[in-house]
Amino acid sequence: MAGALQDWKSQKKPFAAIASVPIFWLAIFFVAPMAIVWLYSFGQNAGPADIEISGTLENYKRATEWLYLSIFLKSLAVAALTTLICLIIGFPVAMAITFAAPKWRPWLLLGIMLPFWTNLLIRTYALMALMGTNGYMNKGLGGLWEGASWLRTLVGMQPLEAWTPVQLLYNNFAVVLGLVYVHLPFMVLPLYSALDRLDKSLIEASLDLGAGHFKTFMQIVVPLAAPGIVAGVMITLIPALGAYLTPDLMGGTDSQMIANVIERQFKRANDWPFGAALSFLLIYAMFILIALQSMKTSKTKEVR
Amino acid sequence: MTDTKAPIIQIRNVSKRFGKVTAVDNISLDILAGEFFVLLGPSGCGKTTLLRMIAGFEMPTEGQIIIDGQDMSLVPPNKRPVNMVFQSYAVFPHMNVTDNVGYGLRIAGVGKNEIKDRVAEALELVKLGGFEDRMPDQMSGGQRQRVALARSLVMRPKVLLLDEPLSALDAKLRAQMQFELSDLQDKVGITFVTVTHDQDEALSMASRVAVINKGEVAQLAAPSDLYEYPANRFVADFVGSVNIFEGKLTLDEPDKAAVDCPGLGKVYLNHGVTGPHGADVWVALRPEKIYLHVPGEGKAIRAAAQDAPDGHNLARGTIKGMSYLGDITLYEIQLEGGQIIRVSRPNLSRHDQEDFTWDDKVSMHWRADSPVVLLS
Amino acid sequence: MALFRSTPIAPLEYTRKLWMRSWVGLTMLFLYAPLLVLMIFSFNDSKRNVVWKGFTLKYYEKALNNDSLVEALVNSLTIAFLATVISLIIGALAAVMLWRFRFPFKGLVEGTMSLPIIVPEICLGVAFLIFFAKVDWPTDLPWPLNLSAITIAHITFCFPFVAMVVRARLASFNKEEEEAAKDLGATEWQAFRDVLLPHIKPGLVAGALLAFTLSLDDFVITFFTSGPDTITFPVKVYSMVRFSVTPEVNAASTILILLTVILTFIALKLQGVKGIAETH
Repeated sequence: MAGALQDWKSQKKPFAAIASVPIFWLAIFFVAPMAIVWLYSFGQNAGPADIEISGTLENYKRATEWLYLSIFLKSLAVAALTTLICLIIGFPVAMAITFAAPKWRPWLLLGIMLPFWTNLLIRTYALMALMGTNGYMNKGLGGLWEGASWLRTLVGMQPLEAWTPVQLLYNNFAVVLGLVYVHLPFMVLPLYSALDRLDKSLIEASLDLGAGHFKTFMQIVVPLAAPGIVAGVMITLIPALGAYLTPDLMGGTDSQMIANVIERQFKRANDWPFGAALSFLLIYAMFILIALQSMKTSKTKEVR
Repeated sequence: MTDTKAPIIQIRNVSKRFGKVTAVDNISLDILAGEFFVLLGPSGCGKTTLLRMIAGFEMPTEGQIIIDGQDMSLVPPNKRPVNMVFQSYAVFPHMNVTDNVGYGLRIAGVGKNEIKDRVAEALELVKLGGFEDRMPDQMSGGQRQRVALARSLVMRPKVLLLDEPLSALDAKLRAQMQFELSDLQDKVGITFVTVTHDQDEALSMASRVAVINKGEVAQLAAPSDLYEYPANRFVADFVGSVNIFEGKLTLDEPDKAAVDCPGLGKVYLNHGVTGPHGADVWVALRPEKIYLHVPGEGKAIRAAAQDAPDGHNLARGTIKGMSYLGDITLYEIQLEGGQIIRVSRPNLSRHDQEDFTWDDKVSMHWRADSPVVLLS
Repeated sequence: MALFRSTPIAPLEYTRKLWMRSWVGLTMLFLYAPLLVLMIFSFNDSKRNVVWKGFTLKYYEKALNNDSLVEALVNSLTIAFLATVISLIIGALAAVMLWRFRFPFKGLVEGTMSLPIIVPEICLGVAFLIFFAKVDWPTDLPWPLNLSAITIAHITFCFPFVAMVVRARLASFNKEEEEAAKDLGATEWQAFRDVLLPHIKPGLVAGALLAFTLSLDDFVITFFTSGPDTITFPVKVYSMVRFSVTPEVNAASTILILLTVILTFIALKLQGVKGIAETH
């Protein structure tokens, strides 16, 4: 497309000038730290500030105990649920943006992107303020409750008991809601770009041949937008699986996710080797997800 | 079979506005059952919008579209008795040929065996037998178009809509498909409504052509009438190539007329001018209807132009440009008044193009039935 | 009804359908309501976030007089600025390297470079915590050198994003343009400056904005690399939120949100709405 690549040997000097800095940076400040973590995961505490890399598999063994495995599975479940909700909310939004009038489209996109540019912590905090026992969400629910109560009196039934604010925060529901809130833009953007590439006349052809909107959606739009759906799912699932801030701030004692457990090993329990092992298990989980995705994409390519 | 001559599609005062832009401006026309109807016009004239309104993808801002006696205003595209072949073909890329062609029947809940038979029949019709398991990306543009055709025909629509069906094909294939489409329409007897910007396509395939300009019907006529009797300057110029001169009507009788064109000379017609008109008119003269002569062939010219009074239907000029196109040679001749007139001349024998060359002085004449008087 | 007779909705005008509009409206409400409430109540003369008691700027005053909060904000902006500049350089170099050259282990380099994007923040944070402890990175340097550890961490996860954006832009570069410049007598450097650089400029702008936002936004990695003297704004807000919800946080957050909006509009001015949409 853009012409042939140049061989580095024929251009040694420019190549060295261009490549040395990124490669060195990557080696020293990324590969080296990750390698140390990896080595630590086979180590054990040998003193208050000393870690001996003994090649033990004890850390990994401990990580697969039910206590940690269940947290792992739960993190996966929470991340999957978050992704599913984002997909359900995000798909119609992406459709709406795709089919909006051209003058509106960029502004709708901007509307989706602006929160994504806003500080994560602030967004989480803002959502928490809304969900607190004195927040607007409780007020709204209270209003609904009172409305229902009033309706009951209308039909001659006993009014409901007075509304007592419920604890919306610090539970699993809050974690999922928080994760959805934070990750929704991640889902909408790849969906939009997939739908935008879709030839609109394919949808029209399907309608023209007698299919209704639902059948067209299931048989034409979804299969053809599949790469975008997969991309959106991955781009939401991966960060949601490793989420730290949302479960930490919005979750209760039982809604800790794997990232919180890892953090605890470093900041409180001071069991670095175990934390390192958990980190790498999380990284391996990501790799498996990505491998599944690339397998799926190559499969669809074969069929085509 | 539907009764021919009865209108299958009635377009009643249809307008379509996109914001401030008027794409279709109060068009009314009838499309008859069994005809090959072509909507012809330059890009952006509203012809595709009109077609898409018939299919149901755009809603008229005003007016009514009636298909087979039924008002379509509130009928969604999937319930309309028409099918469309899209400009991009819109063949579903994730389905093979059989699944593409059978899609509409599957949606309609037709039985498996019937689908199989009808798909096979449709593929036979478009000469795609043997391609059943191909995926669209393994096919050429022309083959994909046949899939799109079969996919629509298999539905046995009352009307088949074709949006620029030949625009994406190369010249040879286009010529072949023109014949095949006409042939196909003959065979299946379905009304075809085609949109095109290509006048050759329109002239060769259509039974009737509606020339659309700026959202309005400029002329609705059979192809030969369109070419020989254009209704206005737009049609004369858009359909084929033409020389247009401004002039004043000097003789205006039911069976003859004469126009004095300052740029060309005196023009005599052996037919009258119809329609309400004043003295200011235009004369259109097709390049192939003008005969070229070497000056001095005076007698021959006079003999040739004897169907007109003396001094009429004659002109003189200098050849300023010529392009040899194989079958014909096209000359650009500067008239004595300074205007350029285009003349084409068939190369009847191998050396004909050598008869005239740059800067040659030439005389021209044309027959009294050749010029057309245009009122607008 | 007849008064408002409008054209019926065409099949693909999904955006004109009521349920679709409500869906988008509700989604936008979901995305923006918390932020708007937070911003509005940062001006509220009450400790609680629910009842409006009157307009006040006292929380802004408090926030701006809170030295540690201001210091954290200054730190954050300094880090974001440094990280942006350096990741822009490294990222652009990396993009040109991958775009231009064939070299051994290219696939490995490319894959490794995409890892900082994929690896969970928590793992990256942990890695930096261990790394800086292991190499005994000095922690008692004077400002702004004491921010070096955080800045290095930020550069590491920002520059691959810059490289990605710039590379996408490079892919659309027609090498014949560069050849034409050389054909007309330009040197290698002049061709780069006059042809390639203007072409990738939108990519650089987008990459810089992305890097700046990512750096300013980051909490987790900073949380693991910051010491007691090197608090950034998100870390400070985090500790404030954890221990007590104060309206000061609302005020400080509003300032940061406005900063984001201003940045976005600068980006808009530079590239237009479409350009921004395309880079994401």
